[in-house]
Amino acid sequence: MEKEESSNLKPEAYIVADNIISPLGFSSFENFEQLKKKQSGVRKHTNSDLSLEPVFASIIDTQQINSEFEKLEPQEEFTRFEKMVILSISDCLKQNQKIDIQSKKTLLIISTTKGNIDLLETSVATQIDKKRIYLWETAKVIARYFNNPNQTIVISNACISGVLAIILGKRLLDENRYDTIIVSGGDMLTHFVVSGFQSFKAISNNIAKPYDAKRDGISLGEGCGTIVLSNNIQLLSTNKEQLIVKGGASSNDANHISGPSRSGEGLFLAISKTLSESKILPSEVDYISGHGTATRYNDDMESLAISDAQLATVPMNSLKSYFGHTLGAAGIIESIIGLHSMRENTLIATFNHSELGVTIPLNIIKDTLHVQVNNCLKTAAGFGGCNAAVFFQKVQNN
Amino acid sequence: MEYKNYINTFCSIKNGTVSIDGSISFEDKTLPAADFIKLVYKHFQISYPKFYKMDQLSRLAFVVSELILKNNPITLKNEDADIAIIIANSASSLETDEEHQRNISDKNNYFASPAVFVYTLPNILIGEIAIRNSIKGENTFFIFDKFDADFMSSYINSLLNSNKIKCCITGWVDFYENKYEAFLYTVEKEKGILSLEHTSDQLKKIYNN
Repeated sequence: MEKEESSNLKPEAYIVADNIISPLGFSSFENFEQLKKKQSGVRKHTNSDLSLEPVFASIIDTQQINSEFEKLEPQEEFTRFEKMVILSISDCLKQNQKIDIQSKKTLLIISTTKGNIDLLETSVATQIDKKRIYLWETAKVIARYFNNPNQTIVISNACISGVLAIILGKRLLDENRYDTIIVSGGDMLTHFVVSGFQSFKAISNNIAKPYDAKRDGISLGEGCGTIVLSNNIQLLSTNKEQLIVKGGASSNDANHISGPSRSGEGLFLAISKTLSESKILPSEVDYISGHGTATRYNDDMESLAISDAQLATVPMNSLKSYFGHTLGAAGIIESIIGLHSMRENTLIATFNHSELGVTIPLNIIKDTLHVQVNNCLKTAAGFGGCNAAVFFQKVQNN
Repeated sequence: MEYKNYINTFCSIKNGTVSIDGSISFEDKTLPAADFIKLVYKHFQISYPKFYKMDQLSRLAFVVSELILKNNPITLKNEDADIAIIIANSASSLETDEEHQRNISDKNNYFASPAVFVYTLPNILIGEIAIRNSIKGENTFFIFDKFDADFMSSYINSLLNSNKIKCCITGWVDFYENKYEAFLYTVEKEKGILSLEHTSDQLKKIYNN
């Protein structure tokens, strides 16, 4: 009875904890602070295992991962990928100690494109069972570490994996079978991924320049992001403002497996479904966290979709020039920055963007912007012609 | 309010056998996986030159999708944006991952092929089916250790019941180390050819058939 009187909050997909692991820091807070100072994690790497030629990428120091991980006093061996995910989820559990990860009502969703892909390299000496190359097996290992009793759901859907995982989390909460969903997305940068993108000639010779006239390709990155969603209001902080996932949708271009559509129709479809499910008008969107890979075609395609959705004047950024493209983690890491922008009413500048150069002009944020941010749209697009959008909203707890 | 959704056609390819709606329609137990899939493509007179550019996983998914959509052309009665493709497997794209890994194994002298690398993502097969049929709705690729009839039926029913989608092409497509298994079906709100209720139990029954 007392609980009901203490709040007027409806059961929604509330964000109750979040974490980012990147070269910019091992918490969301550290990452957001670095972004406010326009600090990028992308730098030139020479003589690395990643590539014969020098490559610009955002890479986490393995020693730092290991030393942070040792603090958790692990009882068994874990891979680099598993360590990132476990560190990220552990930080969320520390942040919000009411999250009961051992409960039958708590579900884990993991989004990744390649998981432990480094286990394919025969030169990697490891005690780790090769079976962990299977994404469901690495997910089981992670769930077992936390004593989570449910089967972890794994999404592997290219660069929209993270956004899809958040949407799935919201949908599963709506069904009420779970009251808490831990959505964690991670990917490592390896020779496997770098060589593939090099073969597409898709990697920039510098730090990526999203939406810029002089953009010449992506920067790759690695990292992990975790968002904990719950409809259990007891898990909420005492803050007056809470953030929720309001809606989301995915779509397919049905056009090409490795190139974005020229029309932007697919992404437009995902955005318009997301806004209508969220019962929001384009004019009410305060901020768009774009995909912005900084390839010529992607950024042009996005400008068409955003403009068709009547969102071309909404402040928008891409975070790929800070984190690189973190593939299965990107949608989650970038959403978390959006959530912190909502909490602090502070929009992050698109690093390394100086001169707009997309098909339809967009309102790309060039300097840190302090404005009221109540409604945030996150978009993503990926190989296989897939697109996704998710919408976050600030709600008041009276 | 009680909603019901219906499986109106299903097709499986495993152990050298193609079954449509539960009846065997083609068999050849002598061939290795890749050759068998090519033979199925020819046997059913499918004509789509892009088939030959696909990796084995996408080829397998593609031929099964052709067979169910020939049987139940849901694309003719639904809007592109209302049709979802939601597929799962166990081995992700490991078959092609290994091929890409072989191409780059000598770090001092490697040649990665973009035509191979693009297939190192399991959801590419969803893209292939979408392109062939102009399907533009929801898409998700899940990874499970085995076909999870409980999760898949409950998630897809909830998408149908909340009107996020009108129909769905869904199931399981796995290919790794010469082992393969495909099982796809259509699920709709309306009754049709088979009108099997889309419940977890029913799904397990036809999957294990």
